Amino acid sequence: MTDDGEISVVNSIDFQVNSGEVLGIVGESGCGKSVTSLSVMGLVPSPAGKVEGDILFNGENLVSASEKRMRQIRGNEIAMIFQEPMTSLNPVFTIGSQLIEALQIHKKWPKKKAQAHAVDMLKMVGLPRAEELMKEFPHQLSGGMRQRVMIAMAMICAPKLLIADEPTTALDVTIQAQILELMKKLNEETDTAIMMITHDLGVVAEMCQRVVVMYAGKVVEEADVKTIFTSPKHPYTVGLIQSVPDMRDKKERLYSIPGNVPKPGSVKAGCQFAPRCAHAFDRCISETPALESLGGSQRVRCWLYEDEKGVNIVDRTIS
Amino acid sequence: MFSYTIRRVGLLIPVLLGMTFIVFMMIRAIPGNPAQLILGQQASKDAIETLTKQLGLDQPWYTQFVHYLGGLFQGDLGMSLKTRSPISDEIWPYLAATIELSLVAILIAVIIGVNAGIISAWFQNSWFDYAVMLIALIGVSMPIFWLGLMEQYFVSIKWDLLPTTGRDNIRMPVEAITHLYLIDTLMEGRFDQFIEVVKHLILPGIALGTIPMAIIARMTRSSMLEVMRSDYIRTARAKGLKMFWVVYKHSLKNAMIPVITVIGLQTGLLLGGAILTETIFGWPGIGTYIYDAIQSRDYPVIQSGILVVATLFVLINLFVDILYAAIDPRIKY
Ligand SMILES: Nc1ncnc2c1ncn2[C@@H]1O[C@H](COP(=O)(O)OP(=O)(O)OP(=O)(O)O)[C@@H](O)[C@H]1O
Ligand code: SF4
Ligand SMILES: [Mg+2]
Repeated sequence: MTDDGEISVVNSIDFQVNSGEVLGIVGESGCGKSVTSLSVMGLVPSPAGKVEGDILFNGENLVSASEKRMRQIRGNEIAMIFQEPMTSLNPVFTIGSQLIEALQIHKKWPKKKAQAHAVDMLKMVGLPRAEELMKEFPHQLSGGMRQRVMIAMAMICAPKLLIADEPTTALDVTIQAQILELMKKLNEETDTAIMMITHDLGVVAEMCQRVVVMYAGKVVEEADVKTIFTSPKHPYTVGLIQSVPDMRDKKERLYSIPGNVPKPGSVKAGCQFAPRCAHAFDRCISETPALESLGGSQRVRCWLYEDEKGVNIVDRTIS
Repeated sequence: MFSYTIRRVGLLIPVLLGMTFIVFMMIRAIPGNPAQLILGQQASKDAIETLTKQLGLDQPWYTQFVHYLGGLFQGDLGMSLKTRSPISDEIWPYLAATIELSLVAILIAVIIGVNAGIISAWFQNSWFDYAVMLIALIGVSMPIFWLGLMEQYFVSIKWDLLPTTGRDNIRMPVEAITHLYLIDTLMEGRFDQFIEVVKHLILPGIALGTIPMAIIARMTRSSMLEVMRSDYIRTARAKGLKMFWVVYKHSLKNAMIPVITVIGLQTGLLLGGAILTETIFGWPGIGTYIYDAIQSRDYPVIQSGILVVATLFVLINLFVDILYAAIDPRIKY
């Protein structure tokens, strides 16, 4: 912890989302994915770390935007759905009243018109009995239904960007697949870009066009989805991909990266991954690597690629 | 909701019966023969015996109880030994005075307490928050009689701003209709008297309302802080709602659920405090009525007076339970 009591969980966010695409953000639990997404919304809980760096949205820097401007953006241009569908809806207001709020604030729609649109949205996310649901309370709905309501609520103003923070982790497997399917459909039918936060590489392979890998609050690698799976560069990414169980080979033991994610605030000099990295050398401990482009869309934060660009360390380790 | 209310009201019957029994037995447990006490040391044995018979005190306790209960069902609270008139006829003006004072006190406590708690939570760790918490800490530990006497000494005697005692100005007494003077004066269109009544209510209202105000402020603050950390508040903010609505709509309705219980409890306790406050401020309420009855050993009045206060307490709790169910849709009816 630093002297003024602030912990810098997310050190610098350095990636972009293109309009209409699905960007995956992956990393182990505690690496700062939720804090990153909340900081885009300007909703990082105040005692938490400050966000350093810029968050550009349509050329506008959200880090320095006024609270008033952020209110106009939230729910209207950027919307968010959360990890916990069971607790993300207000228990004492009806589904309907919670759904129409964003339309009333941002579009200034009259109640009747907003309600009609809300019913349409509930139908769009595949909920039956949409009209009756409007009058029901969250506790009357299952987890999967609540997450659909959350999606309808987030999409109601047709935002340019939808941030989905592990939208399926709290749900059971069949519901997970349905929700992902729904989000994919919505992405294809509207021009809403999705920032899909997950620690499930299967979800990434299924949904995303591009992937950002985070470690200890920093982006360590960024590439399109095919490149990430076929030629990952950062030792952490390599570890992540090796830890995915291969369905074709049932005998294979699950590989997991030894060690733990550093605690927020315990950030030291050098590469944060060094204590767990099999390739670490002197420079890794003393100097912090920068996110460098490897040509094309791939970028990586690792000293291994300082000189010889484009070396595939998977090839190097297997021998 | 409706059937829930009916069921809760139905539950009242055994509670009220039990309560009546306890009050009845309590009065009987006081040592000494009431007839002797009423007639004094010099009374003849005959006179005592006659009065004992008259009061029905020679009967076994259960006969007396059934008799008393039978009377209650017909709205008969018994006869005052001192005034020789039915208690049910004379109790209302006192009860109304207490109700008016308690309502004003709890209103002050709720309006100020809830808002102070909300703003404290909203601006947690600000100077306002610290100030409210300090005042609340002083408030809960302030004895009512001390606060009442301080008010009288400074506000009434030294600065001569507000009257010390009573409900109205004796030079222009209020013509009672309902005995709730705030309502009576308005019904009569006597605005000058209304102002007088308000002036008389302020000091005892504050004396009585301070402790509940402090408790409600602290409870609201902690409840709000907890609610404001919850996921659905994050959702509300993510919609782009103004902080004011996040606080006063989304947070408050949830935060009020535990606060309402506290308000109900405090309103009940207020009745106890009211009796103390009434003595200090010469307030002709039910406390004064019972106190005088104790002085003159007017047993039927003590018994029925306590019973009326206890019933009021039970009714407040019923009201709170129903309110609770109206706010929280998760409560099963
Ligand atoms: N102000 C703070 N003080 C202490 N710890 C904090 C603070 N803010 C965030 N953290 C911690 O930083 C870590 C990173 O937070 P974050 O929730 O973003 O991780 P995540 O990648 O979303 O993890 P998960 O996959 O479990 O959701 C978490 O362990 C969180 O508890
Ligand atoms: S910089 Fe060094 S320690 Fe960090 S990932 Fe690369 S090789 Fe490993
Ligand atoms: Mg998270």
